[in-house]
Amino acid sequence: MSETAQPAAGVDERVKEISRFRKALIRPELGGIVGTVAVFTFFLLFAFDSGMFASQGIMNWSQVSAQFMIIAVGACLLMIAGEFDLSVGSMIGFAGMMIAIFSVTLGWPVWLAIIVTFAMCIALGALNGFIVIRTGLPSFIVTLAFLFILRGFTIYFPQTIERKTIIGGIKDAAEGDWLGAVFGGKILTGLFNWMGEAGIIATFERGTRAGQPVVEGVPMLIVWAIALVIFGHVLLTRTQFGNWIFAAGGDAEAARNSGVPVSRVKILMFMFTAFCAAVFATCQVMEFGSAGADRGLLKEFEAIIAVVIGGALLTGGYGSVIGAALGALIFGVVQQGLFFAGVESSLFRVFLGVILLFAVVLNTYIRRIITGER
Amino acid sequence: MVADTQPIIEMRNIEKHFGSVIALAGVSLDVYRGECHCLLGDNGAGKSTFIKTMSGVHKPTAGEIYFEGRPMHFDDPRDAIAAGIATVHQHLAMIPLMSVSRNFFMGNEPTKKVGPFRFFDHETANRITMEEMRKMGINLRGPDQAVGTLSGGERQTVAIARAVYFGAKVLILDEPTSALGVRQTANVLATIDKVRKQGIAVVFITHNVRHALAVGDRFTVLNRGRTLGTAKRGEITPEELQDMMAGGQELVALEESLGGTV
Repeated sequence: MSETAQPAAGVDERVKEISRFRKALIRPELGGIVGTVAVFTFFLLFAFDSGMFASQGIMNWSQVSAQFMIIAVGACLLMIAGEFDLSVGSMIGFAGMMIAIFSVTLGWPVWLAIIVTFAMCIALGALNGFIVIRTGLPSFIVTLAFLFILRGFTIYFPQTIERKTIIGGIKDAAEGDWLGAVFGGKILTGLFNWMGEAGIIATFERGTRAGQPVVEGVPMLIVWAIALVIFGHVLLTRTQFGNWIFAAGGDAEAARNSGVPVSRVKILMFMFTAFCAAVFATCQVMEFGSAGADRGLLKEFEAIIAVVIGGALLTGGYGSVIGAALGALIFGVVQQGLFFAGVESSLFRVFLGVILLFAVVLNTYIRRIITGER
Repeated sequence: MVADTQPIIEMRNIEKHFGSVIALAGVSLDVYRGECHCLLGDNGAGKSTFIKTMSGVHKPTAGEIYFEGRPMHFDDPRDAIAAGIATVHQHLAMIPLMSVSRNFFMGNEPTKKVGPFRFFDHETANRITMEEMRKMGINLRGPDQAVGTLSGGERQTVAIARAVYFGAKVLILDEPTSALGVRQTANVLATIDKVRKQGIAVVFITHNVRHALAVGDRFTVLNRGRTLGTAKRGEITPEELQDMMAGGQELVALEESLGGTV
């Protein structure tokens, strides 16, 4: 009927079989896994005797890693959706300060202070997203503006109200508060007590707490980090919304043509990033018992670096929450490990810069493999 | 090969003006089920404006559209898609970094319920993607292969297969072969043939006469916003089509100086 050619059935002889190695390479988590193994090997070799891998040491770097993880999950999903949020650090400072002002200065119950603060942060995240979508400006610029706006208010409010930049006394206010405990409490204390009695972990030898384990339990900070990582991973890889996140960041126009509500997805991700910043801030405030105007400084960049180490592309559309979590773990282990190993802590920044550069080069190479660009 | 007595879509005397520019000055076209209707025309002839009118992007300034015998007014492309008119654009709605199966179901993800939550049903998505691609003659390495690794022709085929799977009755292909090599073009033309045999009406826009003649049942030529007529397969030679597209005899002189059909 027509002289159409038959379709080329069968395997194209010019497509090389992809080796297992290359297949493993195009998993976004690869960089994170290799980095994690390398970092642990290094510190096990050079800092094993320093107490870094005793119960207290493990808790120390776990907590630092967990902090990074909480903000990395938000930054990761947002970056995959194709946007940045540079206001994360300022949002952390702002959220902490709001909780302090509401609960200490205004004397509200802590649970109310936390709920109102979360609502404010999520609303600010939505505003960030709304401006980005409406103006079509790069999120880099819009959130840079909020970096300054929020930091400014975080210093201005305590200065004018209390004539100081640190507000304390939150520990007393949060005593017995149910929602405060969700962020500042510890779980599995019974298990750790038992482990102390059984001699698995160290106990205090003298003083008022003699016989009690040096590590009382798992802080809620770590519980939040794990919960957020699991939530983010499942959302991204196992739900319809996850497909929309990838699509919105991969090519917003193509996604729109296919019926993906791109604007809604992006704004929701800005809100989620703000939520993560608020979780970070609340845990921190509950732990320290105070809020400082300089809290969260540079956290936005640390979050982005963790996400990039975790294999996400800065251009969006590709990445992994598990990878970002591993990036955060690398961060925490190295930052605290250098301290345990007795290395000058300023070298941590050198390490950050170097590993960031490596990660970006590797990611760009991986992208070429995936898309077949040359 | 007119399979039906009533056209699935009929456009009557469509006019479209953009300000003082008359992009379409009365274009008529009808398409039957199972037919591949080629719309030919040189650049600027009004092909794109015309198919955008058909797919609901533009509202015609004058003229009527009948879909399955009833007059239709599309307010936006979604209406057209819901009615079963799918467009595969020159610039595809495909995301290179995402897998074929994620692309295939983008915006229409299958879900399954686990407890109170709805999850992306990857199993179903992967199975259907592999099946549909096999039907189109493309063997994927796996459903998780990234679209970026596919050739241009294969990407066109994924887009066509997707439109067909989601119930397109009329498939508008906007220059699907314009950026492809010879072999890939042949594959896309074979795909068009398969789709037509499933009873779908295909509107194939091209400015390549040979591509049109390879699969077309009828040919409509547009020139400067007007229909120059519709011809059936076998009633027209490639040279005649070419002349109509170029809008006159001046191309003949040019071709002679170049020594062959352009």
